[in-house]
Formats: sequence, structure tokens, C-alpha cells
Amino acid sequence: MSRFRPPAWFVLLLPAIIILAAVVLIPLILSFYSSFTPYKLTRPETLYKWIGTFNYEKAMKSVHFWSAFGRTVLLLTVALNLEMLLGLGLALLVNKVTYGQRALRTIMMFPMMFSPVLVGFQFKFIFNDNVGLVNNALQSLGLTDRAIPWLVDGQLAFFSIVVAEMWSSTAVFAILILAGLFAVPRDPIEAAKVDGCTPWQSFRHITLPYVMPFIYIALAIRSLDVARAYDIVQIMTNGGPARRTELLWTLIGRTGYVDAKMGYANAMGYISIFLAIIFTVYFFRKLNAARSELGMAG
Amino acid sequence: MAQVQLQNVVKKYGAVEVVHGINLEIADNEFVVLVGPSGCGKSTTLRMIAGLEAISGGDISIGDRVVNDLPPRHRNISMVFQNYALYPHMTVRENLGFSLQIAKRPQAEIDKAVDEAAQILSLAEYMDRKPGALSGGQRQRVAMGRAIVRHPEVFLFDEPLSNLDAKLRTQMRTEIKKLHQKVKSTIVYVTHDQVEAMTLADRIVIMRDGHIEQVGTPLEVFETPANTFVATFIGSPPMNLLSGQIAGGEVAIDGGPKVTLPDQFAGKVQDGQKVILGFRADNLMPEGHAMPMEGASAEFEMVVNLSEPLGTETLLFGSLAGKEVQAKMLNPRPVADGERLQFQLDLTRCHLFDAETQQSLR
Repeated sequence: MSRFRPPAWFVLLLPAIIILAAVVLIPLILSFYSSFTPYKLTRPETLYKWIGTFNYEKAMKSVHFWSAFGRTVLLLTVALNLEMLLGLGLALLVNKVTYGQRALRTIMMFPMMFSPVLVGFQFKFIFNDNVGLVNNALQSLGLTDRAIPWLVDGQLAFFSIVVAEMWSSTAVFAILILAGLFAVPRDPIEAAKVDGCTPWQSFRHITLPYVMPFIYIALAIRSLDVARAYDIVQIMTNGGPARRTELLWTLIGRTGYVDAKMGYANAMGYISIFLAIIFTVYFFRKLNAARSELGMAG
Repeated sequence: MAQVQLQNVVKKYGAVEVVHGINLEIADNEFVVLVGPSGCGKSTTLRMIAGLEAISGGDISIGDRVVNDLPPRHRNISMVFQNYALYPHMTVRENLGFSLQIAKRPQAEIDKAVDEAAQILSLAEYMDRKPGALSGGQRQRVAMGRAIVRHPEVFLFDEPLSNLDAKLRTQMRTEIKKLHQKVKSTIVYVTHDQVEAMTLADRIVIMRDGHIEQVGTPLEVFETPANTFVATFIGSPPMNLLSGQIAGGEVAIDGGPKVTLPDQFAGKVQDGQKVILGFRADNLMPEGHAMPMEGASAEFEMVVNLSEPLGTETLLFGSLAGKEVQAKMLNPRPVADGERLQFQLDLTRCHLFDAETQQSLR
């Protein structure tokens, strides 16, 4: 009788398998399972009660969920587009700088070095209706004589959040697009000049196609970032006032940890993940298309 | 109808002057090649004509317009770049038609011009491919096609063949020459390859260190080089140069034999003047293996250190007065290294340069 001896490859892979299972697989399965239960953090025994797709149905029917979902998509669209345009402009300007460009590039990255929580606090202060910088400045300049409720009015609060997002992340676009601009070969640009292109036409027909892959990489990275936006909004408005700046993850966070309805929160989380996957797939498709345009694919 | 004129054109990068006031007149429909070693300012000069580099002084005119401050798009020129500079995201057809598209010409006209260029350069099969799917030679043809669709007044070529292998280069050289015959137009062509310069040019402009050393037809610069630089730069193998001194009716090569002063220099030198004697390998041949020499010749012995058989002739490397000298042997026989041979030098084909100024004494 010989004892069972596992094959060598299995033994060698075992540490990796154990770690992956503990860190990724089990939490994933557990959270997915819990989304089919009425699991409440305060009542652990609810984890063993199977309620099928009830949580998903509830989320699908919930106005709060869909408005948060819609608002997240809106924030994603508005913030990404503005950041992209601003980042592109910034990158084009910095690319023209010949003296002190290194210093500029470093300064450009400063906002990325701040914790989003601190950015949230900073803008909460800047947009505060009583002591905030913005109102102070507007009133001192005589542009308005009343306190504008930046973080209280629903639309203004959304605008303020977009501004904070842009401040902290336009640099991501600027840096990546700048890298793209550095990679643009000089020859085709010169050929375009000789071919009769105005500076705008050379940018539109030659430079931009070269930079597009970089823009899509930045969009893919940032779309994941914004789709899970939480910290800045949590600090600035906490999803308020009256849910008017509620995003997916502030809603999910509150449902899971404040209301302790972890099963329901998990169900909403899984739905949201699909949102993120769809955006990522979309931008990577675009990226590959742009790369094969340039003959870089394969 | 476009002649190109450069008057005292200067290019400075900061305090460094790289082109020192050159003057050049290029006639309409002329094929002019700028040639010189790297860093001589030939590409810079071409880019100044194109308008890709600003000029620091002087005037450039194309046709009868001074174009100093015109951007490239207003100069009515086409340029073929060393690295082809094709637009990678466009097909061959789009590459060819791009300049006309930008100029908002009617589609029918664009199609016609593109098809015509494709015809001339036999690109028809590749029209829907992107540059990434083409070989080097095909890319080069697309680059040339892109230049000709616009029917510019002046074509500028910036070392267009230097990225191709030797065989393809010879082939493309012929195509460029044919192209010039087909699309009559002024061409300014930059290369560092003197063979390209000799074979293509109506006139060659030899440049060094931002100066023009000599301008002339290929045969002029080959047969009557203005100075030692041109003498060694044009022609392969380079011209042999030996320093010496005029003594009576003879040139005494330093540490070597004396040769009779060639007739063509009689009266142009003074006794005691330090000179450089120049002659090509084709004019120094071992006895019995030489062309019959009609005029005066000189004879001396030389040790052959090395021989390179080339088939119809053999290149001999000897040493004379401590300097390496190259000679040619017709109807070659094997030559042992170290063999001592009697050589004949064709004096009518010799050159004399002033030792100090390096300029020809002709």
C-alpha cells in the first residue's frame, strides 16, 4: 500500500492556489453567494437563508439604484470628456515648452499625489457656502451678493464634484497624452506640412491618430476610476443633499455598512461591476481599432 | 517653371553657424544633387528650401518669389524623406491623395492624379494596403508617388535611398532618373553617396562644413576637382594625393621619385612651390597591364602590399614615399603581396594642388 502522492506540479503550484483562493476566490464566491441571501451584518444567521434573486429584483426595481447608476454614467461621461479635452490641451501646451519642461511635468503630477479623501476635504472647503474660497472670491469681486449653495443645490453639487474630479485627474490624461506626443515621429508631421497642411490640419490628420491609442488607454483607466468613484463624493456631499449626488458606490457603501444590508449591497455591486466591464471592453475595442489603424496591432 | 535661387543663405543654431552664406542657382527642370559627408549642411540646406528650417540670413527664392518667410505649404514643393514619412494610418491610396484632399480638389481629379502616380510607379496592386504591409522599396515608391501627385514646381529628395539595400538602391536610382524624364520638373536631391550623385545629377554641388566646395557637371567635378577635398570625395577609389615640391621642370615627391611637371601646369607654378600631386588609380598602372598612354607619362617602381581582384581589373595597394597609393591593373594576373612592379603614371591626367590652400593649380 503506497500513500497517495500528489504530482510535483500540483505541490509546486499549491502555495499560489491557496493564496489566490484565500484572497480572491473565496471572497468572490462568498460575496456572490451572499447577494442571494438577506445577509445583514448585524444578524449573522441571515447568511444561511436563501432568497434567490430577490436582491437583484429589488435593485432592478429601485429608483434610488437606477438614479445612482444613471448619475454615475453621467459623471463618467462628463468628467472623462472634460478631462480628456483639458488634458489634451495641457499636453499640447507642455509639449511646446522647451525650457523647464521637466519641472512642469512634475508639477503637473502634483494633484495625482494627493489622497482623494484630502481632495474631497479641500474642495468641500473651497465650495463651502459660508467660509469657502469660491463664494468669498465671488463676493469680494462683487459678482454676487449672496452665498451660492455650491454643495447644497443638487446641480451645483454635481458640478462641484466634477470640478474636484477634474482637478485631481486631468493630469492622468495630460501625462499619458504627453507620452503619446513624444512618440509621434517628426517625419510624417513634416511631410504633412510640405503636403500643404495648416497646423490644425496636421494635428487633426496626423498627430491625433498617433495620440488616439494613448487617449483610449487613459479613458479605460479613468473610466474604471470614475465608475468606482467614492471618496471625493463621500467627503464632499455624502451623496446628499437628499441623494441628489448619490453615486453607485456611495449608495452601495451606505447600504452595506450603514444600513448593514450586505446581501443587497453585494447584489448592487455585482450589477455595477458589469457597468465597469462594459466601459472597459468598449475602450479597449477602441484602443485596438486605433492601434491597428496605425499598423501597431498584432 | 521654377528655378531655385539661394543667395548668401546662412543657418545658425544659437551661436553655432552651420551653413555659411551659400550661393546657388538651380535652373528650371534641372536635377541638382547636393553631396557631402555627414554634417556638411546639405540636409539643412534642403530643409531650408522646403521651409522646414527657418533661414538665419540671406534669401531663398523659388520661381520668382522670395520664399524666406513662407510656410512649406505655400512654397509649391514636394519632399521625399529618408524614412519615407508615410502616414501609417492611411492606405497607399489615401497617402497618395492626401495633399489633394487637403487642398479640397474634386474627387474625380484626385482619383485621376492618384491613378496616374500609381501607374508611373507601378503601385496599382498595393493601393489598399497600409504602409506597414509594404516593403522598403514599395514604401519608397509610395513616398515618391505622394510627391508627384501634386505636380509641384520643385521636388526635394532627402537621402531617399539610404535605407534600402544595395540592389534595391541601384534599381530605385534608375527609377528616379526615369521619373525625372517623365515628370519634367526641378529636383534638388541630397545624398552622401557620390555614386548616386554622379549617376543622377545634371549638376553636382559638393559641400563641406557648411560651404560649397564646387559646383559642376558630374564629369567636371570628376575630371577637374577644384580642391583636394573634392578630389578625394568624388570617384572611387579616392584620388591618390602625394605631397611634393616643384623643382625645375619636375615635381619632386617628398621621399619619392621625381616626375615631369605635367604640361597642363607649365607656367602655373613657381620653382620651390610646395604642391600636392593627385592622380586616380585608373591613371597608375603596372607596365604590360596598362592602357596605352598617349601623352607624357612617368615611370617608377613600387612595392605592392595588397591586391584586390575585381575580375576585369585588379586594384593594387602599393606604398610610395611612405604613403599608400592605389593603382589599377588591367588584364590582371595574380600578384604576390610584396611584389615589386614597374608602374606607369599618365601625366596628362594628373592634378596639382597648392599644398597650403589645397586648391587646384589648374
